[in-house]
Amino acid sequence: MRTVRIPSPFSLLIWAALWEVGGRGLQSDLLPPLSTVIGVAFDVVHLPSFWKALSETAQAFGAGMFLAIVLGIPMGVLMGLVGAVDKLANTWINIFVSAPLTAVVPALMPLMGIGQTTVVATVFLFAVWVITLDTQAGIRKVNGSLIDMSKVFGATAPQRFFKILLPGALPEILTGIRLGVVRGIKGVIIGQIIISLLGFGALFEEYLQAFAMASFWALILIVFALAFLFVEAIAAIERRVDFYASSR
Amino acid sequence: MDADPIVKVRDVSMRYENGTHALNAVTLDIPKGNLVTLLGPSGCGKTSLLKIIAGLLKPSSGEIRINDRVTHAPGPDRALVFQDFALMPWANMMRNVAFGLELRGVPRAERHRIAQKYISEVGLTGFEEKYPHELSGGMRQRAGLARALAVNADVLMMDEPFSSVDEQMRRKLQEDLLALLRVEKKTVIFVTHSIEEAVYLSDRIVLLSRHPGRVMRIVDTGIDHNAAPEDIRRDPRYLDTVDDIWTSLKGYLN
Repeated sequence: MRTVRIPSPFSLLIWAALWEVGGRGLQSDLLPPLSTVIGVAFDVVHLPSFWKALSETAQAFGAGMFLAIVLGIPMGVLMGLVGAVDKLANTWINIFVSAPLTAVVPALMPLMGIGQTTVVATVFLFAVWVITLDTQAGIRKVNGSLIDMSKVFGATAPQRFFKILLPGALPEILTGIRLGVVRGIKGVIIGQIIISLLGFGALFEEYLQAFAMASFWALILIVFALAFLFVEAIAAIERRVDFYASSR
Repeated sequence: MDADPIVKVRDVSMRYENGTHALNAVTLDIPKGNLVTLLGPSGCGKTSLLKIIAGLLKPSSGEIRINDRVTHAPGPDRALVFQDFALMPWANMMRNVAFGLELRGVPRAERHRIAQKYISEVGLTGFEEKYPHELSGGMRQRAGLARALAVNADVLMMDEPFSSVDEQMRRKLQEDLLALLRVEKKTVIFVTHSIEEAVYLSDRIVLLSRHPGRVMRIVDTGIDHNAAPEDIRRDPRYLDTVDDIWTSLKGYLN
């Protein structure tokens, strides 16, 4: 038996062709053919409403991710180093990492208002746990003899942290950040859609209300593509430290 | 007792929290400029003792004196070569070798100049930019040795340094170590479970028994380490000492 390998750009083409043919066959406003959607996408990116949505989304996403990273990494380091902290926090973080946090967003609104703060909090809540857990796992992976080595050669505690622990845990930390970004993108869109007044959430709402399905699908395509490119960029950085991930 | 011991181990006992009694009242002198090997079966506490001397482990009782000063922590007077090399996989060989100097705040150009000298002494010139995973086991341990030499400590400690390389490389590394020590004049504390390695390298061998580890015998080999490698291995003192130690240890293996 020979297995047939389908190169990934090719599989993308097949699905694009199916969409095109299906869209033409259906003759429905719900699902216009891909060519129409792509044409509309070029119009959509030229609208001021798109740029406003993109900038609102980028701000909320950036702020939420920033908080998730600067709080998540130290928390994970602490859990990796101090057994008591790990015991205290581990169960909770494992619950949060798998919990359907979407359910919490409506509860955030009365607390934080119907605005960017709630979206930032949603991004943070979606992203922070996986970053913490992966950082903890990375710290655990740092070879004990590297820690001994740093002590023997006189490293101070900050030197040990910045020169051994952090680079040693970097492969897992980057994986955590990449997975955090994936979750954070979901978080920002979910937060905006629940609030439905901000960013892409407001734009999706507007297109659906007006039954502008071609614009709706065009926006979906654009958001998916942006998310994919962003995550791939982080994966590329991750691959650069791959060479030592297996030999710690 | 020797005239000039640089390291004194006094009445050191080690009991781990899990109840393992690793060392019992070990007293030992390491004469300056000697290569002293801690030899014994696994479980005799030889690595524990080395880590205590290095300051990485706190003994349950007893003390370590370096140059007649009690020490509880690692210090610039001691450097360690690790069994698993302990090279930073994210740093190239040059940075690894210079790492002890980097931690001390020696400026980059200066520490690279110093590291270069030891890189050439251990025969690694030309591999400065390589990462550990691009080097063979033997080369990695040469880098570990160069790093320990670069900080210019009086006492060089080696924890089964050649046990993770193959037999031929091991012999080569042993010969190169002796050649290097003729130039560098260090006091070396060496840990191994290989009798041949211990006798080939050492001025003095400390035999440890196990459960708990205590000093069973101290053997001075009397071997002239300036002789050619093949002469040392054919020296009757080498062969007799290997036999003698094997007879001593055999009883403890059951």
